[in-house]
Amino acid sequence: MTDLTQKTAHVPPAVTLGNTLPWILSIAFLAIAPQIFSSNSAITIMNQMGITIVFALAYNMLLGQGGMLSFGHAVYMGVGGFACVHIMNMETFFSYLPLPFLPIFGGVVGMLLAVIVGSFSTRRAGTVFAMISLGVGELIAACSVIIVVFFGGEEGISGDRTYGMPFFGIEFLQHIEVYYLTAFWLLLSAFLMFMFSRTPVGRMANAVRDNPERAEFLGYSSRWVRFYSFVASGFFCGIAGGLFAINYEILTEENLNLATSGGILLMTFLGGAGFFFGPVIGAVVFILLQTVLGLQTDLWALYVGALFLATVMFFPGGFAGLLMMHVTPIRLGKMHVLYVPYLKTFIPGILAVLGICSVIEIVFHARHAPLGDEDMTIFWTTFNSHSIVAWIVAIAIAVIGVWLTKKAAPGLVEAWHEANTPDKGASA
Amino acid sequence: MNAMTKTGVAALKLDDLRKNFGKSEIIRGIDLEIGDGERHAVIGPNGAGKSTLFNLITGRFPPTSGKVYLHGQDLAGKAPYEINRMGLSRSFQITNIFPKMTVFENVRCSLLWSEGYRYSFWNIVNRAQHLTEEADRILEQINLTERRELPAGVLSYAEQRALEIGITMAGGADVIMLDEPTAGMSHSETDYIVDLIRKVTEKKTLIMVEHDMGVVFGLADRISVLVYGEIIATGKPEEVRANARVQEAYLGAALEAEH
Ligand SMILES: Nc1ncnc2c1ncn2[C@@H]1O[C@H](COP(=O)(O)OP(=O)(O)O)[C@@H](O)[C@H]1O
Ligand SMILES: [Mg+2]
Repeated sequence: MTDLTQKTAHVPPAVTLGNTLPWILSIAFLAIAPQIFSSNSAITIMNQMGITIVFALAYNMLLGQGGMLSFGHAVYMGVGGFACVHIMNMETFFSYLPLPFLPIFGGVVGMLLAVIVGSFSTRRAGTVFAMISLGVGELIAACSVIIVVFFGGEEGISGDRTYGMPFFGIEFLQHIEVYYLTAFWLLLSAFLMFMFSRTPVGRMANAVRDNPERAEFLGYSSRWVRFYSFVASGFFCGIAGGLFAINYEILTEENLNLATSGGILLMTFLGGAGFFFGPVIGAVVFILLQTVLGLQTDLWALYVGALFLATVMFFPGGFAGLLMMHVTPIRLGKMHVLYVPYLKTFIPGILAVLGICSVIEIVFHARHAPLGDEDMTIFWTTFNSHSIVAWIVAIAIAVIGVWLTKKAAPGLVEAWHEANTPDKGASA
Repeated sequence: MNAMTKTGVAALKLDDLRKNFGKSEIIRGIDLEIGDGERHAVIGPNGAGKSTLFNLITGRFPPTSGKVYLHGQDLAGKAPYEINRMGLSRSFQITNIFPKMTVFENVRCSLLWSEGYRYSFWNIVNRAQHLTEEADRILEQINLTERRELPAGVLSYAEQRALEIGITMAGGADVIMLDEPTAGMSHSETDYIVDLIRKVTEKKTLIMVEHDMGVVFGLADRISVLVYGEIIATGKPEEVRANARVQEAYLGAALEAEH
């Protein structure tokens, strides 16, 4: 071919600080986290986060990387999990299987299911794919009460992880042992999924997401590209299912149903489907809201829903998108422009949110608390939810918060613009 | 029809190709042979069916009847990706790129199949140095090295057109089809792109739709004139220029418009 210039190409070295540091930090964090958050409930929550992160990352192989919107993805995790519980119940086989290997079986089963479903669902993306995923999800969820042998009907099926072959003497009786098992699989799965996105088929998944037709004129069948992503996603969903089986030792219809499928879509979107690490943030935030906020208020799902709406409407890039928006100001060395406007906007903003939440909580308490129970506690303050003073205070906080935020917002917009404009003389 | 194996050396052969959209006949019986290594231009007024003809050849639409042979092989029923793998690559009149991916990734993705990576999930593309080098070489050629890391969707129109051509030629196909590659470009941009096309299609077969008569007469070995779905003349530039029917139907007006 012709050569206009013989310039050396910019080939990035395989291992750089930039691409290994996030992994090293993750390993370090996961290793010491149980020392910091050492209570049993904290470890339970972290296990739940780990499982959910694997699931969310696997889901995002479709949503973010491949542009496929699945409404029934719980079944790949669920079926993988059910398979693992069945293996736990195969006494002889399980007694020769060290527990840490169990998730592989979940992965394989999830993958096989994905091969079957993907063979017809990946023909098209878009609405057709979404509707098929919804139908298949419903179908399999409905099977849980029909195929009782496998799904165990209403009670689900349970097993006992400690019957597995001891792994270097570890029998996984303790939470902390399960934590490290989960953390190991979390890191391994996340690493493999990240690597997948760097392979030819992973890159083409992006291309097919952007423009399936053009990909076809470059030699790739969009359908096969989608199929491979789908199968890979099924595998890692199954791994998550295996981890779930190990953690909870029971799977039920809840692991298959649309609520679970909707949840994973919600948290992936919340975290930001456009970035590899987005679903990690989404899963962590969602589980935190569910567990920590869920302890404080019955209305947690309402707040999560509002947060989701706000994200879809105002920050379609999710949390990850919000973070990555700051790359330009950081590159330009102009983050300092934003600090003061951020404080000026966010402090009243938080105040406004808390005020509005207080109003909602007070209304909810006044309407739904048992007769005679008029005391409620929010933000470490106990007061009478029927008293006019509480109402006035909460509404005042909300109104003042909203007003101050609105007043500060134009300044923030201006500062944002300024922070994204290179200084004179510097080139973009 | 006749024995279709080893029909000769024609890079592309069209045999009574027809296409109807609903009741309207858009392509009305086209016979054409384009030799190996030939640069062939298709000209004709708007709506003549030039893009439709490209779509029929490249498998985007199935023909209503008739045959397309690429190097003697019948393309009937073949999907665009299969046709591409047989060594035919095309660009689009309306820019057709991967808007959210970087310019570099756009080009690199266009190389993957032809470099033999297929659906591999055991190679890491960043490690494949020859891919990076080849993609960067193409970026250099299409003058987009400085835009390497930008999402393709934010490029200017002319830059996207250049990228479109880069993507098309990246895979090293030996039959290249360009649908109005210089549409909407300035004079200097057009000159640059024409030079580029000339270089990268050296020893290849080129079929292009083009409105700029300067470009057509400068670049093409032969020209076909398409009017209302029919080829009214095919031949060397000077023959076509002299053809009375062409003068009447199209060229006269087009040449006048040049001035
Ligand atoms: N997909 C389609 N469906 C219906 N009509 C089409 C389609 N594509 C092209 N046409 C019609 O075919 C005719 C030729 O279009 P086209 O091939 O784009 O012309 P050209 O490229 O020569 O300007 C036009 O009248 C156009 O409306
Ligand atoms: Mg056209």
